[in-house]
Amino acid sequence: MSKRIGIEVSIALADAVGLCDVDVVAAYPITPQTHIVEHLAELVAEGHLDADFVPVESEHSAMSACIGSSAAGARTFTSTCSQGYALMSELCYIASAMRLPIVMAVANRAISAPINIWNDHADLMYARDTGWIQLISENGQEAVDLSILAFRIAEDQGISLPVQVNLDGFTMSHVIEPLMMPEAAEIKEFLPPFKPVLRLDPAKPITMGPVGMPDVFTEARKAQDEALKSSKPAIQAIFDLFAKQFGRQYKLVETYKTEDAETIIVAMGSIAQTAMTAIDAMRARGNKVGIARIRVFRPFPAAELVEAVRGAKNLVLLDRVTAFAGGEVSGPVALEIKSALFDNGLLPKVGNFLVGLGGRDVTQQNFEEMVERVTSAKNGDLPAYEFINVRE
Amino acid sequence: MGIASEALKNFKGFSLKNLPEVEPLSPGHRACQGCGEVLALRQAMKAIGTNVVVVSATGCMEIISSPWPQSAWRVPWIHVAFENAAAVVSGVETAYKALNRKKIVDQPDVTFLAYGGDGATADIGLQALSGALERGHNFIYLCLDNEAYMNTGIQRSSSTPFGASTTTSPPGKKSSGQATWKKNVAEIAVAHGTPYVATASPAFPIDLMNKVKKASLVPGPAYIHIYSPCPTGWRCGLDESVEAARLAVQSRVFPLYEVIDGHYFLSRKVAKPIPVTQYFKPQRRFRHLTEAEIGYIQVKVDELYEKLVEKCDQGDGNK
Repeated sequence: MSKRIGIEVSIALADAVGLCDVDVVAAYPITPQTHIVEHLAELVAEGHLDADFVPVESEHSAMSACIGSSAAGARTFTSTCSQGYALMSELCYIASAMRLPIVMAVANRAISAPINIWNDHADLMYARDTGWIQLISENGQEAVDLSILAFRIAEDQGISLPVQVNLDGFTMSHVIEPLMMPEAAEIKEFLPPFKPVLRLDPAKPITMGPVGMPDVFTEARKAQDEALKSSKPAIQAIFDLFAKQFGRQYKLVETYKTEDAETIIVAMGSIAQTAMTAIDAMRARGNKVGIARIRVFRPFPAAELVEAVRGAKNLVLLDRVTAFAGGEVSGPVALEIKSALFDNGLLPKVGNFLVGLGGRDVTQQNFEEMVERVTSAKNGDLPAYEFINVRE
Repeated sequence: MGIASEALKNFKGFSLKNLPEVEPLSPGHRACQGCGEVLALRQAMKAIGTNVVVVSATGCMEIISSPWPQSAWRVPWIHVAFENAAAVVSGVETAYKALNRKKIVDQPDVTFLAYGGDGATADIGLQALSGALERGHNFIYLCLDNEAYMNTGIQRSSSTPFGASTTTSPPGKKSSGQATWKKNVAEIAVAHGTPYVATASPAFPIDLMNKVKKASLVPGPAYIHIYSPCPTGWRCGLDESVEAARLAVQSRVFPLYEVIDGHYFLSRKVAKPIPVTQYFKPQRRFRHLTEAEIGYIQVKVDELYEKLVEKCDQGDGNK
């Protein structure tokens, strides 16, 4: 049976990866991911985890070694963030195009400059076009559950794509939380052994990573796009399987008090938990506010989001990154949502706020301010986006 | 006795009488006529055989052998990117180690071979190579050195020889071609404590195949730097690449040697070297050089050869 424990989220996530009987971990240290890989190295060193830990010389080599390992048929894990993600990103495109079910935890952190080791979603957004599945956790329990789910999703032969498990750096990675830690036997029941579709095997030679000329490149890209597209219902089905066994139900988009809400906040990551507290306070004052939380950013659950916000007059869309698009279009998360709204003929009043950059706290009061800003604005008065909680 | 010497103590080499017939890299690939690099790779693969996983860096040998849906490879082969073949092979080798130990597969004798050109090795991939050598993975790395970025159109690398004309080291009023001496990656590999390091040339195929075979027997990293003439980039005749490789050895420009557990062995003593001009002559990349520049090169080539000879132990190693 699962045990209720108090544990640092990074350690819990590493324990969960260990319980998933991972074969190879190749990783390079970067704050605030370090506790994850340190704990995995420790599990291997103590003989608690029968895996090989490859202490590579860079994140670029981390993902390169993961690609080699996964292509050879091993269950493979790595973890990084920020500059480390930027360095390895070249290979991330290749991992997904080769359909390799690597799992990577990203302890989300700002990207330089100025150099900043604290949390925002710059790395998460950097990764959005690489063809990976991106899962977003909001608390320690979710970080553990999504890590287990990540292997199941990645290795599903109908999906066969790499999966990122995102957790906010420091605000989650370094926080001790109470959570239910599943046992090895339970995980074994949920997660079958990795059966690669193809592997590098002298007994059955294959060529991986060939040249794609113009006459086949589009077809290759379309096939990859189809894989990510068709992963959406499959991910939900795997979430449902997990719920059956572990009792915790995840959805592509999760809602809180949206049914009668006039104003809906859309957010990702741990700030959504603060937002729910703010919503309770606003509701106590008669303000009908709810929240839609994005659990899976890639594949983007546009239909589910549109359903979640369909009844709202006002939307408060949060981005945790600067987009540098010139000021006249919204941040990346808001852009995706606006595009989905447009495709569905919906025209609510929309405010887009850039919040929580480089470790800046987003408080309950900030949420109340943002809601007030959108509800009190006249249609057409809201800019493409606004920074909040910023000194002029 | 070091791990390489131990592994090689009963080594039986190839000879003209027992050349392997196997061709893991099959004919029909798209290399240029006269390509010395694909010749070297073919010889290496014959020595390795078929119980191997091959990792390719981006470069000539990658594009000429894998235009989807065709492949010249009869063995499992993976290409990922330009600068990371050594890191990818680290992952492949580690996966096999873990899967064998966990009894998920039963394939304990597979060889892991990565190769890249001089750009992929001496420049952009040097860090990944250093990491893989230092970590001690059981793999072979072949640098197929054609002394410039030939795949992108003959741009200079740090392995381009002094004075050579390339498209980014063109001779001109203020330039004599490549302004720097060739980077010695084999020495860098030795400095990592790599158990087996060698240089080889397709003009000496038996020697090349024996070195690759030895590399496969050593339980740890092995690095072989292979001189790989490129008629297209060196601007010599299509039938002159093997000759160019031979002249490079005979002129002491590219000495053949092995470093086994840190001990140096000359594979071929060049007691009566030909002048470097004789090596330069068929290659138009050197034809702008002045007598003074050639003189400088000749002196430095001789100096470096003498230094190498000083490092070599007595005898000819374990042959």
